Amino acid sequence: MQFLNGITLLLIYQLVGEVTVRLLGIPIPGPVLGMVMLFITLMIRGAAPDSVEQASGALLSHLSLLFVPAGVGMMAHFHRIAEEWVPITLSLLLSTVITMVATALIMQATTRWLVKQPMAEEQNND
Amino acid sequence: MTDPGLKDIWVYLAASPLLGLTITLVAYGLAYRLYLKSHSNPLVNPVVTSVAMLIGLLLLTGTSYDDYFEGGQFVHFLLGPATVALAVPLYQQFSRLRQLWLPVTISLLSGVVIAAGSSIWLARFFGGSTEIQMSLAPKSATAPVAMGISEKIGGLPSLTAVLVVVTGITGAVLGTKLFELIRVRDDTAKGIAMGVAAHGIGTARAFQVSSQMGAFSGLAMALSAFATAVLVPWLVDWMQALF
Repeated sequence: MQFLNGITLLLIYQLVGEVTVRLLGIPIPGPVLGMVMLFITLMIRGAAPDSVEQASGALLSHLSLLFVPAGVGMMAHFHRIAEEWVPITLSLLLSTVITMVATALIMQATTRWLVKQPMAEEQNND
Repeated sequence: MTDPGLKDIWVYLAASPLLGLTITLVAYGLAYRLYLKSHSNPLVNPVVTSVAMLIGLLLLTGTSYDDYFEGGQFVHFLLGPATVALAVPLYQQFSRLRQLWLPVTISLLSGVVIAAGSSIWLARFFGGSTEIQMSLAPKSATAPVAMGISEKIGGLPSLTAVLVVVTGITGAVLGTKLFELIRVRDDTAKGIAMGVAAHGIGTARAFQVSSQMGAFSGLAMALSAFATAVLVPWLVDWMQALF
């Protein structure tokens, strides 16, 4: 029952998010607004209920499974991808590497510069 | 299939969601087992092997993607509630996040702009059409968000979904090696970079390295989904006006 309640709650937040986004014409996908609203609710309540924790844990622990049907969609786009495979492959690969390297370096540098007690940070990571 | 009985069964199965859903779960189950057998080698990423198995099977049996998706959509649908569910790890890491809010904000915003800007620019540089550039732009955001943005800025949402998955796999496979190469050892920095560049598939990989890296990757994925949705349409307008 706990798990069912949790899933129901997640779906309600998604539904409210989708409806709000459409009503107000906000350029943000419904589930993202649902996530923000759930986050605010948890902050106000001061704790995550077991039901939501269970449902969220179950969904997030198998997150990569959820991408499989979209990945199989590649077969519907073979033609398009074959046509422009050079820009697609190079842009995707290089941009992913650049983004990852840049973000990691920026995060490392700004943490050292901006966060007090850098020694405590280091110890936490050992 | 000369036996008319067998053929009838096949016609029934090919049109019902049962088959698509079942083979998705079976393929992922096998792929995940293979991944564990390989001692969690990132090259044997379960998304890659299961997608390859499924495409092979569909091509072999002459099944169309639309028929497969009748069943696959039930798994695909869960991306929505999973996005909402990200509020929970976000909330649980809040105290650590509050301590690091300034570096996290700076890295996230730069990461999101670098991800979208570099993919548009690189695609253009290598001769890609506008449609391809726009389909690539939101590729680092999680699938439902990226598809929505792609539609808005003139890309192909279903192609974007594929590019999102390939980006996630690329990040998950290369991530740990890249971080070693540039000598970033901090799990918070590695997590943020993984989540910004490679969304959910990267986050799944990050959780295998450490729970802190996973939580920060999930956090970065959630926040960058939000930032991408807000920033990328503007960035596209701005890049088109400028270049």
